Amino acid sequence: MPTLTYLQAISAALRDELRADERVLLMGEDIGVFGGAFKVTDGFVDEFGTDRVMDTPLAESGIIGTAIGAAVVGMRPVCEMQFSDFISCGFDQLVNVAGKMHYRQGLAVPITVRLPSGGGFSGGPFHSQNPEAWFMHAPGIKVVAPSTAEDAKGLLHSAIHDSNPVCFMEHKHLYRRVKGEVPSGVFETPFTARVARPGSDLAVIAYGAMVPVALEATEDVDGASIEVLDLRSLVPLDEEAILDSVARCSKVVIVDEANSTCAAGAQVAALIAEKGFEDLDGPVVRVATPDVPIPFSPPLESAVLPGVERVREACRELLAY
Amino acid sequence: MATHTAEPAADGAAAVEHLTTEDRIWLLRAMLLMRGLEERAMTLYRQGKVPGSFYDGYGQEAVSAGAAFAMGPEDGLCILHRDLAAHLIRGVTPARILAQYMGRATGITGGRDGNVHFGDRNLGCVGMVSMLPDMMLVATGMAMAFKLRGERRCALTWFGDGSTSRGDFHEAMNWAGVQRLPVIFVLENNQYAYSTPVDKQYAVDPVERAAAYGFVGVTVDGNDAEAMFEATRAARERALAGDGPTLIEAVTMRMHGHAAHDDMKYVPKEQVEQWRKRDPIERQEARLRSLGVDVEALRAEVKATIDAAADEALAAPMPDPGSVLDGVFCEGEAEPLGSGNAPWSGFATSDEAVV
Repeated sequence: MPTLTYLQAISAALRDELRADERVLLMGEDIGVFGGAFKVTDGFVDEFGTDRVMDTPLAESGIIGTAIGAAVVGMRPVCEMQFSDFISCGFDQLVNVAGKMHYRQGLAVPITVRLPSGGGFSGGPFHSQNPEAWFMHAPGIKVVAPSTAEDAKGLLHSAIHDSNPVCFMEHKHLYRRVKGEVPSGVFETPFTARVARPGSDLAVIAYGAMVPVALEATEDVDGASIEVLDLRSLVPLDEEAILDSVARCSKVVIVDEANSTCAAGAQVAALIAEKGFEDLDGPVVRVATPDVPIPFSPPLESAVLPGVERVREACRELLAY
Repeated sequence: MATHTAEPAADGAAAVEHLTTEDRIWLLRAMLLMRGLEERAMTLYRQGKVPGSFYDGYGQEAVSAGAAFAMGPEDGLCILHRDLAAHLIRGVTPARILAQYMGRATGITGGRDGNVHFGDRNLGCVGMVSMLPDMMLVATGMAMAFKLRGERRCALTWFGDGSTSRGDFHEAMNWAGVQRLPVIFVLENNQYAYSTPVDKQYAVDPVERAAAYGFVGVTVDGNDAEAMFEATRAARERALAGDGPTLIEAVTMRMHGHAAHDDMKYVPKEQVEQWRKRDPIERQEARLRSLGVDVEALRAEVKATIDAAADEALAAPMPDPGSVLDGVFCEGEAEPLGSGNAPWSGFATSDEAVV
């Protein structure tokens, strides 16, 4: 199996889909000749041409809206938002047109929206957001967030094969930092959680870039056996896997890189309060970005984004409870 | 590049060479059905049988009837809320439409959405959303797929004067112009967006904007079904020839309030009276009478159809609340839009009916 970075795994998935399925169409700003702001589609136009790797006008509502139109007549559009922050300009099309279409009209909208998200590189307030919870709150949209190279590829294949709108949260900070063995060819990763490391004293529940943070933070916390559950999918949310972790470990730390209020982790905490209360042996602890825009300057940014030290400290305190 | 705007108003007379008498009767039938169904639905609304609110297209019937009549079976349509005739032409039955208004299980959305928020996907139609110009982008996307696949198909959507103020209008017009897509934009200019008159909506007639996006804009008498047909037929011909989009501004008048609750006090009475003289149905009836067509018999046929449809819809069950969580996601394979009816005689005699 080849070793790929997270970014190379995303590229490989897109390339394999374009080769395997003529309905697949990539749409985005600067993705064609330039190869994308992060070079995910570097060189693609040479193999697939400018029709299938389409440089669109600078119009996010236009990208989502036209993708919906193409999807309902049989295409499989994969839209790239240059930064996930820009999806705010396509929000209406995604939430009101795509998300509600099947429920209202029985008409499927198989589109994938790739959302390069997250901070950690001084991107500032408009290039660092984690907007996944916006779409968790909107019925009819699936949301996935890989943390490994293998899952980046497998979840992207599954997203493109899915008959519904899927937000694919790809974390920019992982693009070139995470690498691993990735199977070649088309394979599907289910929209379920994955135990990244089994344990029995405490479970850290995370997704995306917070999974490697959780793993590093809990390598050795006073010798405790700490589980890390990688959610991978936020819609659907793998309730069974979450409650299993709670039952096994009885103590839970939930980590979001997103702003805290109504974040994915808040939903996980609510689920545990409703359905896992009897298994708890301590309060549910959350670590998340406070409710501020992501600041630009490095000391300010690192003061708000959850890091290894904050997660480790939260675990240590909860273990002592 | 044929880029010009505000051509002289397309003339209904030019349509005659493309329309048989049967076609012209079809246009009248679609308009009579639309008006009759909406009147019946209004009665049902007053009887408390139509929940929510009620919107109609009284006086605007020619816009949807004429444009939809020019569209081929494989074409994709995004139909808005004052365009009921388009659904009828594509083949949605009157009983399903009345059931839709009443939130019944047999309505097109099975009670999931109300009034004219529907599109029968099996007939090549996408249901509208309340953010009206959103559908301009959806139609543009359909046209983009048709062009990428080299298919002889065209997309069409309607929208109002208010929509021309929204960003999606610009994004769709620009996108369609840049990619020279086979899409037809029908601006249904009925003078008011809810209570806001057009002079508070735009400084320049929006048909002028087509030139700025690099394609043709035409102004049409929106109260003439045959003129609407002819303008749309010509636009479709351009689209299929690879000559790109067309903006058709159908000049008409919203003769009723925005919705059933709206008494339209903000509209000068003279304006309404002036437009009442230009009723699209009366105009088409006069044409057909001069050809010796028995218009009264057609009216009787339409009334009988609506009576039967109302009986059927009133007997239809309400949806089962136990099903309310079903269908948020598509669990099976995504099925693309199907084909709709295309009753224009021109499709029967050309290869255009076949992709």
